Amino acid sequence: MSIFVNKDTRVVVQGITGKEGQFHTRNCAAYGTQVVAGVTPGKAGQTVDAIPVFNTVADAVRQTGADCSLIFVPPPFAADAILEAADAGIRLMVAITEGIPVLDMMKVKNAIEGKPVRLIGPNCPGIITPGEAKIGIMPASIHTPGGPIGVVSRSGTLTYEVVHQLTQQGIGQTTCIGIGGDPVNGTNFVDCLAAFEKDPDTSGVVMVGEIGGNAEETAAEFIQKHMTKPVIGFIAGLTAPPGRRMGHAGAIISGSSGTAQAKIAAMKAAGIHVCENLGALGDLCGKVFK
Amino acid sequence: MKIHEYQAKELFKKYRIPIPAGGVAFSADEALMVAGGLGGWPVVVKAQIHAGGRGKGGGVKLARSADEVNKLANEIIGMTLVTHQTGPEGRRVRKVLVEQGLNIRKELYLSIIPDRVTAKIVIMASEAGGMDIEEVAARSPEKIIKVFVNPLLGLQGYHCRQLAYGLNLAPAAIKAFIPMVQNLFRLFVDYDCSLLEINPLVITAAETVIALDAKINFDDNALFRHQDILAFRDVDEEDPLEVEASKFNLNYINLEGNVGNMVNGAGLAMATMDLIKQAGAEPANFLDVGGGASADMVENGLRIILSDKNVKGILINIFGGILRCDTLATGVVEAARKTGIKVPVVVRMEGTNVEAGRRILAESGLSLVAAADLKDAACKVAAIVK
Repeated sequence: MSIFVNKDTRVVVQGITGKEGQFHTRNCAAYGTQVVAGVTPGKAGQTVDAIPVFNTVADAVRQTGADCSLIFVPPPFAADAILEAADAGIRLMVAITEGIPVLDMMKVKNAIEGKPVRLIGPNCPGIITPGEAKIGIMPASIHTPGGPIGVVSRSGTLTYEVVHQLTQQGIGQTTCIGIGGDPVNGTNFVDCLAAFEKDPDTSGVVMVGEIGGNAEETAAEFIQKHMTKPVIGFIAGLTAPPGRRMGHAGAIISGSSGTAQAKIAAMKAAGIHVCENLGALGDLCGKVFK
Repeated sequence: MKIHEYQAKELFKKYRIPIPAGGVAFSADEALMVAGGLGGWPVVVKAQIHAGGRGKGGGVKLARSADEVNKLANEIIGMTLVTHQTGPEGRRVRKVLVEQGLNIRKELYLSIIPDRVTAKIVIMASEAGGMDIEEVAARSPEKIIKVFVNPLLGLQGYHCRQLAYGLNLAPAAIKAFIPMVQNLFRLFVDYDCSLLEINPLVITAAETVIALDAKINFDDNALFRHQDILAFRDVDEEDPLEVEASKFNLNYINLEGNVGNMVNGAGLAMATMDLIKQAGAEPANFLDVGGGASADMVENGLRIILSDKNVKGILINIFGGILRCDTLATGVVEAARKTGIKVPVVVRMEGTNVEAGRRILAESGLSLVAAADLKDAACKVAAIVK
């Protein structure tokens, strides 16, 4: 088992004919992901590695039965692409695009609220259920299929680091999700934690947060109240100066809120195993999860 | 992106938000000219820098005559202003805003920000104006009124009424306040602001409402659709190394330590800074070369780190995903060839094409310190700078 995606997930790639879109479509398909369609307006009838391209997501859904969309559309048009997918009957949208204006994302978030759709990202590496489906830009080779650990993270390469350390410890993963580094995103920590708690094959979770906002504090509260499975937490940005945007649009300490110290304190108070040194994460996972 | 108060007030003017009469001056002579055109005393001379707390730092002064304007402008222009937001090194003042003094009856606070938790636009107002709003929020949160606006529906009449009545405004002031809030909201949305703050917003003795201060930050992600705002950029307010890095689309932030570091990905970059600190040293910068960095970007990143004179050692930490290790290695070798790396460099690489990357570095003849894992890398670089 896994959460959100598996070997039956049928993927349409929005922005498939772009450089990034093509490159990652190839990698996802090579991993075994069912990439059934692509969308680039004006390029219907073309193919990318025998994958048919359509003008609209609606056409792609109608003709291929796609139920998940992987979005590489550039920032000025990304909100439009997400809304198009949601309206076309896609149930899971994975938005890789970095640099979408906050106001656009706030509109998207309000527009899809209450609909039976899930958005992962934007500004994220995507989602992978090792051995079944890779829907994103993460390097496949570091993952180990079969579980039993779930990973959820706001960062891309930091997730790779965590997964790599798990794999080196001989610990496999059920599903790894990057929820993205933007201030307004679709799926949050709590959504993923709740799904991992329900998934019978997941026996523990690594949660990777960073400075900015209060998503980690909210997650800590949820874990304390609702989770029976062990959670290991890591927060990046102990040395980040206040008021500066640390690469990710959402990674900023505003005044006195959003600090790594506050998040770590909240996580410890909730009984989460907090790893304060990234170099020691694998060892801690070995101890807690074995 | 940040802009100056006088630039924010230009936008206010465009949106018919009342501001005091005034103008910007780059010299005492210009300040005298602006003051002379205002038609009355006192006038206020305000230092223009991208930081708050200017008043407390001595950068905002009242002048009652032309002589005083001359003296104050001479003092303030060229001074190094230290506030709680500039850091101890302060910021050099290059211009002042000269404005008409007002007969103030009451000082209010008003701001608009995007709320990341609710995905709504929040308007915050308080009768406790002129103070640090974080302090007000901490001590007496009941003094802050908040209304949440759904960006799909926009500002409604009741939002404005909640603010106006919550601020206990007199009927005459309400009449001026509501259209002003509507215009501010329009400005906020039209320009993709990430912060719009007026502190204080004043009620004058004549019950008019005037934005005495103006602070606007913009969403960097939305600048592509606001080319006119780019003209407001003032590189004098930015760190020279950060300006240089921005030319190459590098996410670089200059810090005070002596361990330079180059990492791919923002989260891993922050975690690497933390590791350096935990190993007993201090990071000299944040540098995320990005997921899709080219050899060229790596080379420029390394050049910028090396131009920071405090840097005594460098840690390169790359987890190859889209950015392949061989691409990184090529960039490092190029940078070494062109600029000459005179400080020790510790390299930790993992991921895509790691073998090819290691081979390129090994064959380069550069004296690099290889690290087995993260812990090892941080300890090695910390030992070097000690």
